[in-house]
This record gives sequence, structure tokens and C-alpha cells, in this order.
Amino acid sequence: MLTKRIIGCLDVDDGRVVKGVQFHNLRDAGDPGDCAAAHARDGADEIVLLDITATSDNRHTMLDVVSRTARGLFIPFTVGGGIRELSDAEAVFEAGADKIAINSAAVKDPTLIGKIAARFGSQAVVVAIDARRVNGGFEVFVAGGRIPTGRDALQWAREAADCGAGEILLTSMDRDGTQAGFDCELVQIVADAVSIPVIASGGAGSAQDFIDVFRNGRADAALAASIFHFGIENIGQLKRELQAANVPVRWPC
Amino acid sequence: MPPATAPTIAIVDYGAGNLNSVKKAFDYLGAKVVVTTQPEAVAAADKIVLPGVGHFSALVGLDSTGLRDAVLQGARAGKPFLGICLGMQWLFEGSDEAPEFTGAAIFGGRCRPFPSSVKSPHVGWNSLVVRESSLPEASAREGSRLLRNVAPDSFVYYTHSFQAPVVAATTAASEYGARFSAVVEHENIFGVQFHPEKSWSVGLLILNNFCEVKC
Repeated sequence: MLTKRIIGCLDVDDGRVVKGVQFHNLRDAGDPGDCAAAHARDGADEIVLLDITATSDNRHTMLDVVSRTARGLFIPFTVGGGIRELSDAEAVFEAGADKIAINSAAVKDPTLIGKIAARFGSQAVVVAIDARRVNGGFEVFVAGGRIPTGRDALQWAREAADCGAGEILLTSMDRDGTQAGFDCELVQIVADAVSIPVIASGGAGSAQDFIDVFRNGRADAALAASIFHFGIENIGQLKRELQAANVPVRWPC
Repeated sequence: MPPATAPTIAIVDYGAGNLNSVKKAFDYLGAKVVVTTQPEAVAAADKIVLPGVGHFSALVGLDSTGLRDAVLQGARAGKPFLGICLGMQWLFEGSDEAPEFTGAAIFGGRCRPFPSSVKSPHVGWNSLVVRESSLPEASAREGSRLLRNVAPDSFVYYTHSFQAPVVAATTAASEYGARFSAVVEHENIFGVQFHPEKSWSVGLLILNNFCEVKC
């Protein structure tokens, strides 16, 4: 039986794992390679590494972090942040990523999705969408949540899937880092609208939040960062609780 | 460093995606691997790995480069062969994903999409349903070599939109909408639909079992 995935997310700034609340107030949480290995041992099904302040200046640092993190990591590994064109994606794959996540650049030029998919396969292209509740709908924001686009998240998810995206990583900006639970309504409308897997992100605070987003949000996977880094919840413990609630998970692993 | 006498495994690069992960896993296991685009290097290797992700039509890269003949000759000569994902689907007659391309037809049947009752692609960790005659307690002749010491119900990582049918050579299946071939093996020919290089300790065990298959 296909299981629901628990994805450990590493938000990286200048080579260190950090985590903020609603995209601000960053706290240091360690070395990306160490964090990824610890998550994998604890039972993470995947690792996502996001370079949250990606600029061309730290591109080299970033590739170095990717290759150090990928070494000895034998679960799927996604890297996002600062990927603006095909050549950026090529460099990140070359450094050891299995999938890349693109956000702002895909909104700006949706054909980038197809270009990367044509070279590396759709399964390697994750389109990340940062959405916030605005006037009763969900609006897409780019540039690390700083710039509103006026675009509807549901429509953009459909378009991204049509362009060749393999998965959608859907972050609720309203819930990000709050540990107040996933935005199940947002996740559910997107998950029902596209045939590709939807990864729910933003707001994980307890095992019950994961149960809710898998049951009510119909998420295929759920991602969390701060909840794991500071030992609030261990992935193994979380998976045992999901299993007890009859959510299919890869456990023991 | 692997010993100089270790068998050489050629990972065939026909332009379909990223082969770093496959190479990294074999490196980790201490195997002697070369990633190659050259038919001569495939012919010179002791074992052949055909990876691949993406669209079945990517296999045109095999046909147009002379690699197809080198791979088939090696397989016919009894060299241990492992197809991963698209590389396993290639062992069948073809795929509805790209009907104009023919597979190696070592196994009968075609690859088809998943039933409409489930989302496609099939992405994530699914469990193996190991055929009983493949379990360790089965006779040595019948036992699966690729799944040696792999616990039944082990989880492996998949990402694919088309599936190969269950055939006589299927030693493990997985369930998604319907049952499909997860592992096939017949004499020196092995195939896995999932990604062993991304399947944590279970995947490394399977790759190590392939490394240990005698040439």
C-alpha cells in the first residue's frame, strides 16, 4: 500500500539550518548534512533543503551544502531556492539533488517547468507554491513570501501540473512556523484539483495535525521543519502515532 | 577503493536523467562502477545497469547510440543485468506511453498506465509483496537472488506513471490501483520498478545483492 510521506525540511541560510516564524525571526538549528542524516535515521521519507535567502552570491556555498548533504543520503532529496534557469537546475542535480523545487522563477516563466522536466523528467520537478488567505481566496506570493502576485493558488497549481510539474509543495504562509496546524482547506482544494501529489507545508505542531492533513486535507505528503529540529516531535514517534490512527506510513523502516 | 579484480559495473548513460544517485549508491557499497555513454565500455564491463526516469520515449537514446545492441549482447551473453525504473520497463515488449518504441521483449506484456481509480504518477514509499517461492525459506534454486535477506513487506520508493504487468519472472509486486511488477528476475536478468538508490537500507541491500551475483 502506498504510504503517506513525512518530509523533513531544512531551511538553510548561508550554509546553516535555520527556522523562522512566518518567514521571519530565524533561529539556528545546525549543519544541513547532520540534520538530514538525523532525519533519515529517525524515519523521514524524504528531505527537502530550501535555500531561503538564495542570491547569486551564495550560489557556490549552496552547491557545496547540497553535495555535502547528498553524500550518504539514500532517500529522495529535493533542493530549492534560487533556481532561475535550466543551468541552475543542472548544477543542483550535478551536486546530488534528486528533485529541484522552483517557486518564483516558475511563476515568472512557467515554461521553465517543462524545460527542466524535459531534461530530468517530471518526477524531478517540484513546484513550490506559497499561498496566503486574501479576501476569501488563496493568493500566490513569491520572493520568499514578500511579493503578492494576484494569482489564485488553485489555478496556478493546475497550470504548473499541466506544464509538467511532478509534485506541488504547498505552503500556507499564514500557518508557517506557527505550529497551529496545517491549512487543511487550502491543501484539500489543491489536492482535489490536480492529479500529481501535493505536499502540505506550514503549521505542523502535533501528530494530530498530520492526521488531519492526510484525512481532511487529502495530502499525499506533509512537510515540517521546526517541529523536528528542536526535538518537539521525533519522526519515529510521529509515525507510530499516525500508524495507531490507521494512516498508512512507512514504519518500521 | 574496490579491489582491482572486482567486477566492473557499467551504468549506461543514454541521456535519460540524472545518474548521480545510482552511481553514489554503488560507490557507497564499494563496487567498481563506470558511468558510460560508450557501447565499447558496456561490452567491456562484467555487469550492466540500465537506469532511467521519465518518459518511455527517452529510450530512443539507447537505440540511436548503439548502446541498445551492446546492452542486449551483454545480457544474452549472461552478464548480470539490472534495469531500474524505465530500465526495467524496457525489459518488456513496450509501453503505451510511447507505442512507437519497442522494448527488449525479454519478458512478455506491455507497460500500461495506472487505473483511473488512483492518482498518477505513483510517487512515494510502497510495500513489496514478495512471491512466496522467492522467500528465503524457498529452495535455493527458486529463491530470489535480488531479494535475499529483504524482509517481506519492506518499503521501497517509487516514482512512475506506467506499470509493468505481473509475469512468471515477477518475484515481488506492489499494489497501487492494481498489482504490478516491482521486481523481475530470470537467470542473469533483473529489474526493479522502484528506485533502490533512494530506498534507504532496503534499497542498498538489493543493490548489494546485485553486486554479489556471480558473473
